[in-house]
Amino acid sequence: MRVFHDTWLIYVRSMRQSLRNPVWVFIGLLQPVLYLFLFGPLTKLFVQSDPAYAGKPWQTMFVPGILLQLGLFVFMGVGFGLIAEYRAGVIERMRVSPVSRAALLLGRVGRDVTLLTVQAAILVLFGYLGGMDAPVGGMLLGMLVLVVLCTGMAAIGYAMGLTLKSEDALAPLANTLLVPVLLLSGIMLPMNAGPGWLQTIAKFNPFSWIVTAERRLFLGDFSSSSTITGILWALVIAALGVYLGTRTFQRENA
Amino acid sequence: MIHAKGLARTFKTRSGTVEAVRGVDFDVEPGELVGFLGPNGAGKTTTLRMLTTLLQPTSGSATVAGHDLASDPISVRRSIGYVGQGGSSTPELIVGEELALQGRFYGLSNAEAQQRGGELAAALDLAGLDKRKFGTLSGGQKRRLDIAMGLIHSPQLVFLDEPTTGLDPQSRANLWNHIRSLNADHGMTVFLTTHYLEEADALCDRLLVIDKGQIVAEGSPDELKRQVSGDSVELSVHGGAEGAERAVSVAKRLDGAHEFTVDGESVRFRVPRGDEALPTLLRNLDAEGISLASVGVHRPTLDDVFLAMTGRSLRDAEEGA
Repeated sequence: MRVFHDTWLIYVRSMRQSLRNPVWVFIGLLQPVLYLFLFGPLTKLFVQSDPAYAGKPWQTMFVPGILLQLGLFVFMGVGFGLIAEYRAGVIERMRVSPVSRAALLLGRVGRDVTLLTVQAAILVLFGYLGGMDAPVGGMLLGMLVLVVLCTGMAAIGYAMGLTLKSEDALAPLANTLLVPVLLLSGIMLPMNAGPGWLQTIAKFNPFSWIVTAERRLFLGDFSSSSTITGILWALVIAALGVYLGTRTFQRENA
Repeated sequence: MIHAKGLARTFKTRSGTVEAVRGVDFDVEPGELVGFLGPNGAGKTTTLRMLTTLLQPTSGSATVAGHDLASDPISVRRSIGYVGQGGSSTPELIVGEELALQGRFYGLSNAEAQQRGGELAAALDLAGLDKRKFGTLSGGQKRRLDIAMGLIHSPQLVFLDEPTTGLDPQSRANLWNHIRSLNADHGMTVFLTTHYLEEADALCDRLLVIDKGQIVAEGSPDELKRQVSGDSVELSVHGGAEGAERAVSVAKRLDGAHEFTVDGESVRFRVPRGDEALPTLLRNLDAEGISLASVGVHRPTLDDVFLAMTGRSLRDAEEGA
C-alpha cells in the first residue's frame, strides 16, 4: 500500500532529522528524569494521604502523570519543527511529489511516537528502580494509551503549525491552550487533593480523565468505568488529530 | 506539453478579492525552454503553483504533460519536476540521503534512486558532496541540489520558480548553462519564471510576458523586441539647439523614423533597422554640414518591450509591487 510505503519514507527522514540534533535528543531524554528526581519527591505527602496508594511509594502515582505530560507537550514542539520545514521549502517539495498526503503527517507522527516511547521507557525504568509498584501489564497498557494520546497531540500540533505558519502566532496560542489543560488535568498532583469546585471543573477536561485512566492502569485496574472513559478519550483525541492533520496536509496553500 | 485555457485564480483577503491571475491561455510544446517574465506580484508564481497542482484554479483548465490538472493531479505530479523558490531541504540532513529519498517518493527503488542521484550530482557539479550536510553547501550548490531533487524521477517537464534569485552573478551564469544543457542535451521541456530581464533574454527560447495577472505579450526575445517599434538612435551634435534642430530635420527623412526627442545637443529617435539607417544618416548629416560628437544605436531591450506593452518599465513595476 502506497500510504505505508510513503509513511515509512517520511518516518526515516524525520528520524534522521531528529537524531542529527543530538543535543536535543539528550535534553529530551533528561527532562522527564529531572521531573522525577527534582519534583517527584514533593508529591510524597499527597500520595500517602490517598487510600488507593496505601503502602505504595510515590512513584506509582507520579510516573503515570509525568508520562502523560510528555504526551501532552509533544503538541508544542512538533508545530515549531514543521514551520521550520515549511520555510525551508520541504513541505512544498513533498506536496508536488505523488507522496500520499496522509503519509506526510503519519511519518512525522511516527517519529514523535518513537522518541516519546524511548523517553517514557527511561522514565518507567527509573520509576521501577525507585520502587514503583505497578503491574507490568498495566504499565504496558498505560504506555499504549500514551502512544495513542501522543499520536493525537502530535497530529493536532502539525495541523496548527501548518495552519498558522508562524512561530510568533503558534507560541502564544499553544501556551494559552496548554496551561489550563495541564493545570486542570491533575498531571502533577491528583485532582482529588483539591476542593470540590476544582474537581468539578476538571471533569470537563478530557485530559483529566486520561490521567485518571493512566493512574488506574498503573494500579492494575483495567476495567473500571473511569479507566475505560479515559482510554476512550485518548482514542477520540487521536482520531480527531489524525483527521485534522491529514486534512491540513491535503488542503491547498498548506 | 502544457495547454492552459482561461486559467484564473482569485484570493480572498481581508481587504477584498484579489485577482492574482485573470485568465491566461498559452501552450508550451515539447522541448521548449519557456520563460514567464513579469514583475513581482504579476501572477507568475500563482500560475506555476496552479500548473504544479499546489493550488486549485478558480476557473479555467489545463493539461500538463498529457494529464488533466483537475481530474488527474496525481499523474501530473508523477510526470513533472518542480523546483520552488523556497529551497528543498533542512540544514541538518545529508545531501546524498535527501536526494535518494526524493527518488523513492517517486517510486524508484533504493538502488535506482542512489544511481540516479549519483548521475544528477555529477551532471550538476555536486559530485563529492553527498556526505555533506545540506546546511554546509554554498548558495549555488544548494540551488543545484534543489534542481537535482526536481529531476530525480527524470521528468519530461520541469518547472523552475525564480531559479537564480539570490545567487551571485557567477553562480547565476553557471546555472544558466546547466538549465540550457537540460533542455538542449536531455530534451527536457523547461518552464521557468523570472523577473530578471537579462535572464529571460539570455536563457529562454520563448517568453510569456505577464503583468497584473494577464499575459501581455508572447514570443521569442527577438520577436518581442522587434514588436517595439525599432532600434533607438542617439546623436550628439555640435552647434547647440540649432544644430540639434537641423539634425532632426535630416533624420526625419529616414524611412520610418519616429519618436523624436531633443535634449540640448542630443537627439534621440527610433527607426526600424538602426544598423541599416546609420550609413544614410551619416552621409546626409555630413552633406548638410552638421558635425557630430557621437552616435549610438541601441537594440531594444525587453524592458522596452515591457514599457511598450504596459506603459511602465519593469523596474518601476517592481518598485510598485
